[in-house]
Amino acid sequence: MKVWLLYPDRDFDPNQPLPPHVDDLVQDLELNTLFKTMALGDRFVFDVVRRVVLLGLEDVECIRYRQNILRDCLKNAQVVRQIYELPIQALASKRRLWLGMFGKYPSSILSGARGMLKVYLELLKSLRKAADTHADQFESEGFRRFFGMIHEELNDEYLATVEHHLKVLEFNGGTLVSAELGRGNEGTNYVLRKPKEEDRNWLERILFKRSSAYSYTLHPRDDQGARALGRLRDRSLNQAANAVAQAAEHVENFFKVMRRELAFYIGCLNLAAALHRLHAPMTFPEPAPPAERRLSAQGLYDATLALTMQRKAVSNDMAADGKDLLIITGANQGGKTTFLRSVGLAQVMMQCGLFVPARSFSANLCRGLFSHFKREEDASMKSGKLEEEVVRMSTIVDALKPHAMVLFNESFAATNEHEGSEIARQVVRALLERSVKVLFVTHLHAFARGFFDKQTKNILFLRAERRPDGTRTFKLFQGAPLSTSYGPDLYQRIFGTPKVPDNEQETLRTRNGSRLHR
Amino acid sequence: MKFLSILSPDGNVQRCTAEEPTFFGDLNLDQVVDAITASKQEYNLKPFFYTIPHDQETIHYRQQIMQDLEKAPAMTSIQSFAERMAVVRRYLSLIERLDFEYHRKGWFLEAARVYCDAVADLARNLSRTDLRSRGLRIFRKYLEDYLGSHEFDSLKREAQTLKAALSKVRYCVILKSGKFSVRRYEGEEDYTAEIEMVFEKFRQGAVKDYLVDLKETAGMNHIEAKILEFVTRLFPEPFAALDRFCSKHGEFVDEVIRTFDREVQFYVSYLEFIARIRRKGLPFCYPQVRASSPEVFVRDGFDLALAHASADSQRPVVVCNDFHLRAPERILVVSGPNQGGKTTFARMFGQLHYLAALGCPVPGREACLSLPDQIFTHFERQEDIHNLRSKLQDDLVRIHQSLTRATPHSLFILNEIFASTTLDDAVFLSRQIAHRIMALNALCVWVTFVDELSRLSEKTISMVSTVDPQNPAIRTFKIIRKPADGMAYALSLIQKHRMTYENIKERIQP
Repeated sequence: MKVWLLYPDRDFDPNQPLPPHVDDLVQDLELNTLFKTMALGDRFVFDVVRRVVLLGLEDVECIRYRQNILRDCLKNAQVVRQIYELPIQALASKRRLWLGMFGKYPSSILSGARGMLKVYLELLKSLRKAADTHADQFESEGFRRFFGMIHEELNDEYLATVEHHLKVLEFNGGTLVSAELGRGNEGTNYVLRKPKEEDRNWLERILFKRSSAYSYTLHPRDDQGARALGRLRDRSLNQAANAVAQAAEHVENFFKVMRRELAFYIGCLNLAAALHRLHAPMTFPEPAPPAERRLSAQGLYDATLALTMQRKAVSNDMAADGKDLLIITGANQGGKTTFLRSVGLAQVMMQCGLFVPARSFSANLCRGLFSHFKREEDASMKSGKLEEEVVRMSTIVDALKPHAMVLFNESFAATNEHEGSEIARQVVRALLERSVKVLFVTHLHAFARGFFDKQTKNILFLRAERRPDGTRTFKLFQGAPLSTSYGPDLYQRIFGTPKVPDNEQETLRTRNGSRLHR
Repeated sequence: MKFLSILSPDGNVQRCTAEEPTFFGDLNLDQVVDAITASKQEYNLKPFFYTIPHDQETIHYRQQIMQDLEKAPAMTSIQSFAERMAVVRRYLSLIERLDFEYHRKGWFLEAARVYCDAVADLARNLSRTDLRSRGLRIFRKYLEDYLGSHEFDSLKREAQTLKAALSKVRYCVILKSGKFSVRRYEGEEDYTAEIEMVFEKFRQGAVKDYLVDLKETAGMNHIEAKILEFVTRLFPEPFAALDRFCSKHGEFVDEVIRTFDREVQFYVSYLEFIARIRRKGLPFCYPQVRASSPEVFVRDGFDLALAHASADSQRPVVVCNDFHLRAPERILVVSGPNQGGKTTFARMFGQLHYLAALGCPVPGREACLSLPDQIFTHFERQEDIHNLRSKLQDDLVRIHQSLTRATPHSLFILNEIFASTTLDDAVFLSRQIAHRIMALNALCVWVTFVDELSRLSEKTISMVSTVDPQNPAIRTFKIIRKPADGMAYALSLIQKHRMTYENIKERIQP
């Protein structure tokens, strides 16, 4: 019995290691806000959505498979939440009755497994009833297969056979075992035997008297002896107990997997409800294969920002199909970081099968998403901030594969512009030549300008908007990098001094931009 | 001549330490020795590999025996002997933990049977083998005398007859609550098979195995002993014969053979280990070892740990490297692109000297090495990055201690020390330490990005790692003797972390 609601051909593996650097990604994209909204306080749902979201898919078909299941869930939210209760009940009764284990001897394994299967059989019957009632309302391949499988595997006849044998296995009439002398004169080859007694009538029993037999009765307080006798019985029951326990575990695993995989969709339903309350748009994205370069969107916004502020956030439109590199420059606090986050977040959500926060969205899948954001807290480190950034980037490089995507936010700025630009240039050039997609928010003008002057088609330059009066719209538009980072604006706002004449702007920028030197 | 020990000509086996030398981890010798001894735990061989004999005669005695065992006939006979002696030991140690008479006697019989086969076969095989080493020839003579003894002959014949009789016994136990009975087996049918069939349909997927390993808790309790007692009554004859056998042959394992069995594993384990590496086409040789040699060199040397790690994989063959120091040269400064080759080179240098001192063939085509009195290693450790100041202090204290204990016969292997300090500090500190090592005239390999160290004096030579831009897939590169060249700060920084354009392209596989 297979659940297969997250992949068309397998279960979700909860022990699959998370990709490297997800901690940075969670921090940089503020993904915990997303997880919390999806979990609604349920620890289990939180863990599941966190893993499923972070272990994104790299296969278009598989993403569509989840999207379709999610569409079914949005349509039949009540039924899905009702079915989700069954595995929760099954696992709760196991905890209540068996404290999660059968014991360590075959006879206790056998009796534990027998009892557990009895309870599970009842819940399986409920599941089949639900399946028989609602199957028609579901259209996705995933749910149709799931309900069809329940219907087929759990027919009445098989359930009755199993119940009968669970009774036979109580072995009320004693256990017959054959053995031989192995090495060291130890009994070996213990085999459970079917007694012949049933076939004999009283006359046969008298006529065919057995060869000599020796009997032994244990002293009533000989606990050790009783245990030893138990162990002999255990040897003969070992394989039979194994068969029954594996059956019980299989059914239990089925419930566990079912709970885990449905928990993801429960999280999706919770998220949809939260965004719906903000009247924030959601759409199912159009994924493209990793080797393509697509990125276009309308009304793309940062959902975690919206969820945090509990209102709609500024949105952007974008047309970056065919681009390997996006360089984002422009005004400080002009919405560059928010924009970078919104792209990263939509990418993450798309790759786990979720809807995305936009009116429309299409992008190629990436083989691993990484973020390299400047970190304030490392400023005190003796090895130097720049070195820390290089080291952090180096660990990312360790994990990079072609068609991965890296989000840089003001990286390598902890030195003078010349050196910072050189490092950024070498890193980005190498990444592009290894087919890694790059989005780079930067003030490093020499770096940005160097790529701009090449006039290559596969690079898009975006700039944070600043109106002539100095106010910001937090919208980005296509535009060449300018040799100023609007630092003076900030300076003006904070220090309140009059705007410096244009010919002095360069001096001021340098002073403001020459952050930490070695 | 009397046979004394296979490890030492005077029988005076060096007092061995169970403690791993401190430099083992840095040189990856821990991995090497772990791999060598992995399948030989019961011999407790590690002390043999942790202790170097400080005299050249023992090194020679061992090299001869190694060379004999490199030939297949001698090696295979020792291997099959060892396998069976291991079984004998296991059975005999089992007996000491057993309570019931016929249980003990049963295992005693098994042990004796295996021992007889082991010794007889070894003697027969060695007698047909051409041996050159002093150590193995005198051992062979000892074995011939033992095999001809009457004591050994009767042990062997009686064991065989007895085993045949016991194997024929077959019986049934009927288990009920608080009682049981035993009788002869009368052909009843197997019931487990039927149960397995019924539950087959539900048993799918990756489920745990609930088969309980009941053998582990085995031994024999008073219930099993009672059953065995009933069985002896049902089948009395074979058990009487077993009694006679045990009283006649008490301690049957010969003491000299027992010691030889353990010590010879020093050679066997090492040769088995390098055999897999040789199959990849990598050379081993018996080096000249001198207390202090005016020249120190290897041709086609390689890192044994790396060669081991790639021996079973599809990874490319390890690249071999040469070095050659002629007096007054004492310090090899290795710099250049960080591609993994430099650290490997430094480890190789240390491994060669240590393995040679053990009397083992070393990884290389030809070698002349000096016998070190001590080996000191200092390797940068990345995990300490959070507390750099105290780490730097610890490093310096440790280096100071090493320099205090070192002699001109000592060996230093330094690898990217000070890499996590600032560049300025690294240059200053490296220069200070280098001058102290030169004053001592110790032998040294120093991997560093501070390449000016290679130009400090006539005692230092420069070796540089090289990159083949045409074939970045090969991760181990040649280290060649040539002057080093310097770099600017930002470039030094990304070079240090393997983050240049070329590095990154090489690190991300297309």
